[in-house]
Parts: sequence; C-alpha cells; structure tokens
Amino acid sequence: MDRNYRMLWWRHCLAIIGFSVIPLLFVNLSLYGLFDRIYTDKVTETLRTSVENRRDAIDLFFNERIAQLFTIANTNTFADLTDETYLGRLFEIMHTKSDSYMDIGIIDSEGNHLAYVGPYHDLLKSVNYKNEPWFNEVRAKGIHISDIFMGYRKFPHFILAVMVRDKNTSWILRVTINLKNIDDIVEKAWTGTMSDAFLINSKNRLQTVPRFGGEFLAVPTVPQYTTSSLEPVPYPDFSSTVKTKVERLSLRGYEAFIAATPVQHTKWVLVLKESPDEILSPLVKGKYWMALLTALGLAIIAAGAALFTNGLINRIRETDRENAAKSDMLLQANKMVALSKMAAGIAHEVNNPLASISEKAGWLLDLLAEEDLAASPNFAEFKESVEKIEHHVERARKIIHNLLGFARRMEPAKEKININNLLDETTGLLENEARYVNISIDKQYADDVPVITSDLSQIQQVVLNLLNNAIDAIGSDGTVTVGSRYLDKTDQVELWVADTGKGIPEAELDKIFEPFFTTKAVGKGTGLGLSISYSIIEKLGGAMRVQSKVGEGTVFTITLPKN
Amino acid sequence: MEGLRVLFVDDEDDFRETIVKRLNARKIQAMGAESGVRALEIVKDNDFDVIVLDVKMPGMDGIETLRHIKQMKPEIEVIMLTGHASVEFGLKGMQLGAFDYVMKPAPLNELLDTINQAWSKKRGLH
Repeated sequence: MDRNYRMLWWRHCLAIIGFSVIPLLFVNLSLYGLFDRIYTDKVTETLRTSVENRRDAIDLFFNERIAQLFTIANTNTFADLTDETYLGRLFEIMHTKSDSYMDIGIIDSEGNHLAYVGPYHDLLKSVNYKNEPWFNEVRAKGIHISDIFMGYRKFPHFILAVMVRDKNTSWILRVTINLKNIDDIVEKAWTGTMSDAFLINSKNRLQTVPRFGGEFLAVPTVPQYTTSSLEPVPYPDFSSTVKTKVERLSLRGYEAFIAATPVQHTKWVLVLKESPDEILSPLVKGKYWMALLTALGLAIIAAGAALFTNGLINRIRETDRENAAKSDMLLQANKMVALSKMAAGIAHEVNNPLASISEKAGWLLDLLAEEDLAASPNFAEFKESVEKIEHHVERARKIIHNLLGFARRMEPAKEKININNLLDETTGLLENEARYVNISIDKQYADDVPVITSDLSQIQQVVLNLLNNAIDAIGSDGTVTVGSRYLDKTDQVELWVADTGKGIPEAELDKIFEPFFTTKAVGKGTGLGLSISYSIIEKLGGAMRVQSKVGEGTVFTITLPKN
Repeated sequence: MEGLRVLFVDDEDDFRETIVKRLNARKIQAMGAESGVRALEIVKDNDFDVIVLDVKMPGMDGIETLRHIKQMKPEIEVIMLTGHASVEFGLKGMQLGAFDYVMKPAPLNELLDTINQAWSKKRGLH
C-alpha cells in the first residue's frame, strides 16, 4: 500500500488552517464591524454636539444683540435717537465694550434714513430704504437679520434691524454687524487639521469664508485634495435643513462626515465637515492593529498546523512501515505453512512410485546375480545401469527425506544452551576448511548473553548451515563474522553470521527462505538448507532475517527467546 | 530364513509383486494381498509368521486390518509400513500390538532385518 504522503500532508494542513482561520476571520471581522459601528455612532454624536454648540453660540450672539437693540430702542425717545449727536454718543458707549457694531441708523416708516452714525455717513445718510426687501420684512416680522450682501457700501456685510412701535408711529433701529464676530464663532469649529465649518443662506450661498477655498456668496465646493484640476464639485445642498442632521458621504471619492443645523432668527444653516481619516483615526489604527494581529495569528496557525501535521504524517509513515513489515512477516509465515503442506503432499505421492522403482531395480540386481549372464557382452552395461538406477533412487530418497524434514512437525528438545559456546564449537568444525581458502572467522561475542533454553542440535544445524553458506558465498579471501548479543528489552538472544561475499540481489532476498531456491550450480545444493533453517528457528519460537547488499555481503540474523 | 511365511499387504501392485518375488528369491514363503479385506481372507485360510502391512490403503486401512488380524490370530507378528508423513500411524500400530514400523521407501535389507527380528520374537528367540 503506497500512500501519497505529500498529498495527505497538504490536505491535513489545509484542513487545520481552514478550520482555524474561518472562525478567526469571522470573529475579527464581526468585531471590527461592531467596533466600526459603535465608533461611527460616537463620532456622529460628537459631531452633532459640536455643530449644535456652535449654533447655540451664534444664537446667543444674535439674542444678545437683539436684546441690546430693544433695550436701546425702549429706553431712549425717538426724538433723542434721531439726534445724530445723541446717537453718536450712544454708539460710542455701545462700542466701548463690544466691537460687534460697525454703524447704527434710525429709519422711519417711510424708509427715510433719519439718523446715521458710522463710517459711511455721506453715502448712506440720504438713502431711502423703502424699496429694499429687508425693509418690508422687518416691518412684517419685527426683527430682521439679513444675509451677507454688498449693498451700497460695495463691501460684504449684514444688518440686524428691529422695529419699534411707538403709540401711533413706528420706526426701525438698524445696525451693521462686524462679520468677524460670526467668523470667530464659526472658526472655533475648525478643530482638526482637515475639518471645516461655514454658514450658508437659504440659497446655498456662503455666508462665511470656509477654511478650504470658497468665497463670500459663492456655492460651497469640496476642496481639491489632489492636484488633478477637475471642475469644482459643489457640496450637497444643506440650505433647507430644518433640524440638526449628521451624514456620512463620499465627496470626490473621499469619505466625509457632514453635520448641518439651522441658525435661529435667520435662514442660515451651519455646516460642519470632518474627515473620517482624522476623526476616525483610532478606528483606522485599530484596523491596522487588527490586520497585523490577524496576520500574526494566521502565521502562528500555519506554523502550528505544519508542525503538527509533520509529526502526524511521520507517525503515520512509521506505522505504515511497521504494518508493511508485519504483513510481510505474516505473508512469509503463511507461505511457509502452505509450502510445507505441499512439500509433504509431494513427498508422499513421489514416495510410492519411488518405492516401486527401487524394488524393480533391486529385483533386476537379484536376477542378474542369479542368472548366468556374465557371459553376455552387455552384462556390465546392464549391471551398471541398474546400479545407477538404485543410486539415483537413493538420491531422490534423500531429497524427499530432507523435504519431509522441512515439513515434519518437530517436537524440539528443551535444554540449557550457552550460545557463545555453541557458536565456538560450530565455527570450530569449519575453521580448518576456512583457513584453507584464506577466510578468517571473526568472533564478536557479547559477555552478557544469558543461558537460553532451546534445542542445541537444531540450532547447531542452523548455524552450521549459515556458516557453510557464508564460506560458499565468499569463495576465497574474506571474513566471516559470527556474533551474539542480548536484547534486554525483549529478553531475547540475537546471533548473526555475516560474510563479505558477493551479496544477494534484492529481487532474490524474499525468495531465499523458500524450499528449492538455490543459487548454487545444479547438483551442488538441494536448496533446502535455508528453508529448513527458517522453519527450525520458527518452531523454536525465534525469527530469522537476512540483510544483503550486492558486492558488500550478507548478514543472517537469528533471534531466539530466552526460554 | 527357510520356512518363514510372510504376507505382504500393499495396494501398489508393482511394489507388492516385486517385493514378493524378491522375498521368494530369498527362500521366504511370501504371498501378496492388494487390500485389507483380501489380506483377512488369506489369513483366515493360511498361517503366517510375519505380516507386512501398509498403513495407507483404500477401503480398509492398515490400522483397521491390524485390529482384525490381532483378533483373529494374535500370534502373528505384524510390521507396519509407513510413509514419512504418517509415522504416527506406525506408532499407533505398535500400541495396537504391531512389532515395529518401517518407513517407505526402505532398502530391502532394512525390511529383511526387521522381518527377521519379528520372526525371532515369534519363535521365542528373544
């Protein structure tokens, strides 16, 4: 079974990241949304308070002026006030504590300018206001605050006029207000570096000069933040505002908060503009922080997922490898059981004809001895042929004997064995032979190998078989290493026979324990040695393994239980 | 071995007939039987010193035949003939009164030795 570990790695990693990131993003985005809404609400509220504060200041200013004018009108007689010397003194008193007024005038019900004190005496003294729109309005409403207008002075100004009713006549007290007073109030709303505030009249014309561009009486336009010279874009028309309102809108692609509120006694609207970049800068900062923290979180999740997945995949890979090894071993064991059953079957079936052949050959030999065939010219040939038949039957019998030895259920003996002694004795049997072909035997015995309980002669047979194979594999000039050690974790004894021979190709490695597998020349080996060795060790409760590399040599390792 | 009477029971004709011939050639009065049933018929009418009995036969097997022989004529010594894979039947035969067992294919000399020992026992020489 081959798993695609890379694919598995990616799938697992992405699954972890996906399931972690989605909630993280969801929480962060909804938090940000909530934060944004709350903060925007707060900003809107602040802006509303701010614009209403400014408006209240303007209202207060007008209320005070109106009250002052009514006081003057009602505490002085019409005759006194039309006396320009008297009016001049009065105006001087008014002017000492306030620079609000630029001039003062008294106008009768016919529009005649009866008295005037101010810088434009010559120009204005003879003017009749009867046909001016504000004159009719003040007569109708009693109070009038004009828009900014140029008038006869050819200079932007506005006037405040109150009408005074006196028994059977009425007259008007009119003052010109210094624009600076209103400007001062409005400019106090320019809090941030990008904020702006201005007054517009009912025709959406500027009554004060905005901070960023615009002129008196012009339509207010959005300032150009960029250098691109586009046509001026007008602000949305707030001139019909009747109640304080705050809006968030896009001007030239820039976000802006705009608050508007009507001013008392006039048809003016106070407009306040704030840049969200500035006013919402904590939110923007928060946005960057949140993005940074989210990115950091993502990085940690990704790193964690990769690390965790690495560990997991390595475990899976390890388990797969172990399972593969286990199933290999199981397969090998099953194969051995099947093979031994087959071997027994074949041996039995071959036995009967072999017995007949053997007896027939024996009978022929009997007859040859009896009859007087010695004189026959082919007697020697007959005899030799029959003897050859007997010889080969004997050979076949031995093969079958070995085969049945492999298949037979053995009841192993139980005796105390010192493995190092056993290895010593067994190598002793072959030392002369090895020396003759210049092969040295290197012994690497561990001292702590315990005495085990097993079948001495069978283990000896296996070791002898392995040593023979090792010497055959080398041929001449080389080293056979025989070793032992104790595996304390599993309470087993391990012994091995290694050679510096030609090695076994990988393709043949898993076949070498099968009966009849041999690499020796025909007739040299039956191919039963290793398969018998394998089944002997299995029956003793141990295991036999082989490792080999072509050109370097082969190691056979046997593990045996201590008991 | 003159005077020794042997019955050889085996279902493999070539094997049985050749062995019988070779035993006869050695002055042994040998007869063959191709099955357990046939062997019992022959034993009923004839006396034998030793019977060689194959364990694996179709129909009545060697063990069953041995039981009947030992009921009928317990004085006859029986040698079981087994394959390598059926040694346990040889041992079982011995528990049921067989003299010994020989593994097939065995050289004739080995079989003759065992037959001789069985005969000696029957004659009370051991």
